[in-house]
Amino acid sequence: MSTLSERETRDAAPHRIGLWHAGVVVSTKTESPTGRSIVLDVPGWGGNIAGQHADLRLTAADGYQAVRSYSIASVSNGDRVELAVDRLPTGEVSPYLVDELRPGDQLELRGPLGGWFVWTPSLPGAVQLIGGGSGIVPLMAMIRSHTASGSDAPFRLLYSVRSPDDAFFRSELDTPTPGLDVTWLYTRVAPEGWGRPPGRITVDDLAGSAFAASLSPAVFVCGPTGFVESVATALVALGHDPHKVKTERFGGA
Amino acid sequence: MAVISRGFTGRGRDHTPDLPPGQYLTADFPVLSAGPTPDIDTADWQFSIRTDDATLHTWNWDEIHALPIEDIDTDIHCVTRWSKFGTSWRGVSLDTLFADIETTDGFVMAHSYGGYTTNIPLDDLLGGKAWIAFEFDGEPLDPEHGGPARLLVPHLYFWKSAKWIRSLEMMPADQPGFWEQNGYNMYGDPWLEQRYW
Repeated sequence: MSTLSERETRDAAPHRIGLWHAGVVVSTKTESPTGRSIVLDVPGWGGNIAGQHADLRLTAADGYQAVRSYSIASVSNGDRVELAVDRLPTGEVSPYLVDELRPGDQLELRGPLGGWFVWTPSLPGAVQLIGGGSGIVPLMAMIRSHTASGSDAPFRLLYSVRSPDDAFFRSELDTPTPGLDVTWLYTRVAPEGWGRPPGRITVDDLAGSAFAASLSPAVFVCGPTGFVESVATALVALGHDPHKVKTERFGGA
Repeated sequence: MAVISRGFTGRGRDHTPDLPPGQYLTADFPVLSAGPTPDIDTADWQFSIRTDDATLHTWNWDEIHALPIEDIDTDIHCVTRWSKFGTSWRGVSLDTLFADIETTDGFVMAHSYGGYTTNIPLDDLLGGKAWIAFEFDGEPLDPEHGGPARLLVPHLYFWKSAKWIRSLEMMPADQPGFWEQNGYNMYGDPWLEQRYW
């Protein structure tokens, strides 16, 4: 009875656990003052679809291990995996990934995981992506999948960041892409001459820039809990079917 | 051959016997939900148990509060790897709610307002192990944490503690719920790290 259990979505998503795969860092790129993207070569990975995540395991010299889950920014059929990580000041793993990790370093990956917050080119219909901060990561994978596949599903992205410097994947998102419409929202500092004063995302932002509920878009919202909570509530208030609004949240309330 | 991550030292080597494998402690109360938070008025709220003979046993907000209410102090463990120690809840034991119910079925599907489902063996809901909880830390349960009422089954990963609980449906055989169809384990014992398929 639950329309939440969309079987076609589940079947489209190869969710594999299997063994831990050893991976090597190919490159890293600073994305913001607190975040970076990391490209890994993971022999045996075997690919993932857009929106999935991976378990990442670090092992210290004395055998101590820590595992965290990260969204995957890339889509592939092969062994390349791109993650993008924001440093949590009190974190145990993210400061290492953002500040310490360098090409040639090793870590382990398991997955891909998740069959719900995913998009594949076989899905028809308009797609509205709404990201806050590093919540852009799984949405970026969807954009890349959309572009690579030549899908004609109309895509829109609303991306809310603190300031222009805090945007992940800035140059890629600023490159005009057919079928993708990007709207930037700034919460603290906006670029000079920007029409909208800095502030958190509002119902008016959604009403003005997101696909209308009448188009029944598939909506993916990812970001900090407070951001996702307010966006999802506003979308329902604007008439979106709650079952078409998929959310992924991180961090405390 | 071990894969060592150069320069990674990690934080704690403290032995924390109450922390299941692969978990880390947090003082926050993170939120994991698949969709929007439903808006449920306690005036309209109902909780029911549906048995194999299609009988519905239903309680409204006042009726469930008229039952014996228990204080629950427990650790909780989310499959996304955070654990939180010493959380305090108030609610009604499933033992109380099942007291007058006869069933031959061994499995339960929990249904939530908003459409979420999760499956649990009946044995894991009885014997002082599960509650319908409506208070957290002395306050009414926040909607984003499952208010007005959620299932609380703290000995399993927390996705089994269905937010916005609406009903329990008896089942003769185990069937996967929402996350169980989307990659998570059918049972979800944190001490055995039963996270995924």
